[in-house]
Amino acid sequence: MSNVAEIFQEMSYGPAPEQSDYVLKWLDDHGRAFGMFIDGKWTQALTGADAIESKNPATGELLATISAGTKEHVDAAVTAAKAAAPGWAKLSGHARARYLYALARLVQKNSRFLAVLETLDNGKTIRETRDIDLPLIARHFYHHAGWAQLLESEFPDRQPLGVVGQIIPWNFPLLMLAWKIAPALAAGNTVVLKPAEYTSLTALYFAGLCEEAGLPPGVVNIVTGAGETGAHITSHPEISKIAFTGSTEVGRIIRQTTAGSTKKLSLELGGKSPFLIFEDADIDGAIEGLVDAIWFNQGEVCCAGSRLLVEESVAEKVVGKIKSRLERFRVGDPLDKAVDMGALVDPIQKRSIEFLVQQAVDEGADLWRPSIPCPEQGSFLPPTLLTNVSPSNVAVRDEIFGPVLTAMSFRTLDEAVALANNTRYGLAASIWSENINRALSVAGDLKAGVVWINSTNQFDAACGFGGYRESGFGREGGAEGMLEYLTPKAEWSDGGEMAVIPAPQGPGDMPPSDGIDRTYKNYIGGKQTRPDGGNTLVCLDHQGQYAGRVGDGNRKDIRDAVEAAHNAASWSKTTAHNRAQILYFIAENLDARGEEFASLLKSLTGVSARRAKAEVDTTISRLFSYAAWADKFDGKVHTPPSRNIALAVHEPIGVVGIVCPDTFPLLSFVSLVAPVVAMGNRAVVIPSERFPMIAAEFYQILETSDLPGGVLNIVTGNRDTLTDTLAKHDQVEGIWYHGSSAGSAEVERLSADNLKRTWVNDGKARDWFSNATGEGRQFLEQACQVKNIWLPYGD
Amino acid sequence: MSHNNVTDISSKTAARPLAQDHTARNEGTDFNGDWVEEIRVNLSAAERRVSTLAGRRTVKKEWQAAWLLKAITCIDLTTLSGDDTPGRVQRLCAKARQPVRAEILSALGADKLTIRTGAVCVYHEMIKPAVDALRGTAIPVAAVSTGFPAGLSPFETRLDEIKRSVEAGADEIDIVISRRHVLTGNWPALYDEVSAFREACGDAHLKSILATGQLGSISKVAKASMVSMMAGADFVKTSTGMESVNATLPVSLVMMRTIRDYFERTGTHVGFKPAGGISSAKLALQYLILVKEELGDRWLQPDLFRFGASSLLGDIERQLEHHATGRYSAAHRHPMG
Repeated sequence: MSNVAEIFQEMSYGPAPEQSDYVLKWLDDHGRAFGMFIDGKWTQALTGADAIESKNPATGELLATISAGTKEHVDAAVTAAKAAAPGWAKLSGHARARYLYALARLVQKNSRFLAVLETLDNGKTIRETRDIDLPLIARHFYHHAGWAQLLESEFPDRQPLGVVGQIIPWNFPLLMLAWKIAPALAAGNTVVLKPAEYTSLTALYFAGLCEEAGLPPGVVNIVTGAGETGAHITSHPEISKIAFTGSTEVGRIIRQTTAGSTKKLSLELGGKSPFLIFEDADIDGAIEGLVDAIWFNQGEVCCAGSRLLVEESVAEKVVGKIKSRLERFRVGDPLDKAVDMGALVDPIQKRSIEFLVQQAVDEGADLWRPSIPCPEQGSFLPPTLLTNVSPSNVAVRDEIFGPVLTAMSFRTLDEAVALANNTRYGLAASIWSENINRALSVAGDLKAGVVWINSTNQFDAACGFGGYRESGFGREGGAEGMLEYLTPKAEWSDGGEMAVIPAPQGPGDMPPSDGIDRTYKNYIGGKQTRPDGGNTLVCLDHQGQYAGRVGDGNRKDIRDAVEAAHNAASWSKTTAHNRAQILYFIAENLDARGEEFASLLKSLTGVSARRAKAEVDTTISRLFSYAAWADKFDGKVHTPPSRNIALAVHEPIGVVGIVCPDTFPLLSFVSLVAPVVAMGNRAVVIPSERFPMIAAEFYQILETSDLPGGVLNIVTGNRDTLTDTLAKHDQVEGIWYHGSSAGSAEVERLSADNLKRTWVNDGKARDWFSNATGEGRQFLEQACQVKNIWLPYGD
Repeated sequence: MSHNNVTDISSKTAARPLAQDHTARNEGTDFNGDWVEEIRVNLSAAERRVSTLAGRRTVKKEWQAAWLLKAITCIDLTTLSGDDTPGRVQRLCAKARQPVRAEILSALGADKLTIRTGAVCVYHEMIKPAVDALRGTAIPVAAVSTGFPAGLSPFETRLDEIKRSVEAGADEIDIVISRRHVLTGNWPALYDEVSAFREACGDAHLKSILATGQLGSISKVAKASMVSMMAGADFVKTSTGMESVNATLPVSLVMMRTIRDYFERTGTHVGFKPAGGISSAKLALQYLILVKEELGDRWLQPDLFRFGASSLLGDIERQLEHHATGRYSAAHRHPMG
């Protein structure tokens, strides 16, 4: 019987290879060795010990060698980028839009070539590079050509940062390049980008497209190499911003090494994203979603839905369906057009996955794999299901970055949310239910930057992507992604250390001059609480005279304050209208005691009566501003190019620490606290160390203003000692620091552990009286994080 | 023709041996409202599955040729026109008997295979010419029935139509359901209707045409499929070919999944027939791939899968000639049906 006759009986699939010879010829034409793209020119390809082998993980074959960039290369690239920056920033938005449009067109014109090259280099299937990566890449450049065009009108008060350093991972090499370069260029920055050492080839090809587009030299520089090269970028003093996508481990190191450098930082890190199936879901649809969630890109996806949580009533059915689905799964040659999963990026990655799977099994997990063929040669693994796992199992807790799914069940909606949020990560989540009330309710409760309802792994340039918690901070895509590459035109006042006012040499402990003893306590959980240590600190007025005493707070007071703030979680769910009402009420009560505060400001800080009154009046106005903003700083509804709406919701960060400057102690305190509280956060505030009595006095206003206990907690004492505890506290999710530059650095460094969102002043002062720098959108942006909820529709 | 690797044929009843090898018929079940109410279908997820499947699976070269031959054996070669005549039907039947030129089969190495269409599908008045023209072959004659396409003639008339068609020699009856029962959610009424039709069919196999383009939502399509199967339909079929929207891949996916659900509940295989608008070889392959992926290989046989199509065969013939010769073909080189 002929082949056709046999196949007619069997109805099997045959090979369907994508042609790759022309791509290999391109590698040959480059001698299979690549230099770097610096200042619009190609460096000599490094060889020997200075070169890194780039292999095809499906076959183990050497594709080419790339150069291991040195400090000198990074310096040269940064110098070129710095030289190019003013000219690039000065171009009109339209001129930059034309370049980005040209890049989008060039990506499209070379899309099949790039798809094949990416598949060869990374091991991911041609289906994904062709149908997912490349279309998203082109879309990203088109979308950001649009932001370049609209930059002046849409971001009138912002400016580019200068040179940005970008370090990208190997799982979506060219897509991550697009996510980094497109917004950076649109905003008017110049770029030094380092692709991952496993997968640099498409970035090098892209450098050629930059040449073809006529991009001015130095605007885009591609430096190849491994971690050491990356470290030269993150530590480079001339770089204003670092954008990193990669592991949480490396992200933490970058947070530490850039601490105090004044570099802006965005981190898109790991995840352990939950995939929730409720009993009222389209279960067959959900199973396909699961395939797209965890067996997409071999599971080497930061937002992979790696933790299945399924309602107990359908758990058995779901697991059965997963198994029968996986029996039809195809693993093999990534260039084959009929394959679901290709090769892992490198044998090292395969070993690391196998190690974690073994550890999970040792901890009691049941391992299941389908009986499908899986190539013996090359870096392949079959799809893997782990059942009988507890929340403590390593496979449930740790990011595996491979095709491994854990399955657990839940009983109720609340339990589903609790299990879903029982992780240090918070990148993405997928919810399957045909009940929109349930789905949207769960979407609101999940700690994740992206939530896909009845879908999974949806991406679009218009919709921000990025995480909560230890999945990092900053967003990529959309307006919020653009903000990561811009900085306010006027933010800080010129000059050195200006936020901290040293205390005069005073006479120390003296009896109250006016006969009334003023001794303030801390304000924790809505109550005045004696400091844990039982000690007080003397406060001096501007002449160094005794003015009163405040509590000498210590780490336990901070602990208690954070606990109180954490327990006041209902504030984050209260209506914006309600929050506004309370802010108005605070303003009203401050107004009633305005003269008293003005007089206190005058005696403590030594300002004129007129100036003191102005500070009180501006403070009242500021409270009105945030009462006004509370129900107006809304999110957006995106319309990605699919039948979907994506709701970009502004959510509070959670518990935010606020460390206040000494300048204008009433106004600065309220300017920092009001936006945080208005957006639904709960705050732990360390007021001005020099003038803590103002904030202490203020809590009496809070007590009469219906603010629920625990929303705003005040601990007085030594700024940097208390800040140290606050910055190290893992329940604190964000911290705003206004103190010394050394203190700013310390806050950034200590925040690396749980990757707090930090906003520090680097020792600089603000003009709190100005509405341009003292209030507004920037404060609100810092006070919330954007959650994108994708909601496909249709019936 | 033989079925390879068929292990799960249930043998609940001894059906009249059809011209085709056939698994046991669907005897149906009692009406079970839960099976209907539990159904949840998410349209976007279904569409995504279908749109990505085209990139996940493909067949090339000999595989494509073999799959296209399989597609031919699954075609209900159809003429449903007011101007049908015995002569037109005879010509169609001749095409059904020999859908591909012998030299093409030979060039493909497929001359030992029995390649003929799955059935010929006609109106009642054309049954006799079709039966006569197909005598001596194993090709069944299917008749559309029950007031096709609208299904709004008197109930007794519709029952009578089935009986007369069976008497005239039809092996398969393609009934149309009362869409109003679906639109009003009157599932027991739909169950009773299809059960009555099934009983009237006797030994002839029943295909239940849902007219999916008129049911308003994809969930209703799934529910109507389930009710039809509970009532004993041997096949569920998408469309009459006369609605403004006929077979689509997402609708087909949902019907296939309901068939799978029914199989998992009862152990009974029910067939699937997309009809209307499937006119290219490429699209036919997408359907076969969807069947293979969602239902499995067992369903890739004409006793469980049919295309309701009239012009599909012509495109497949051209593709097969291309496989055989390497040259792109022209329609006029192939005998018309």
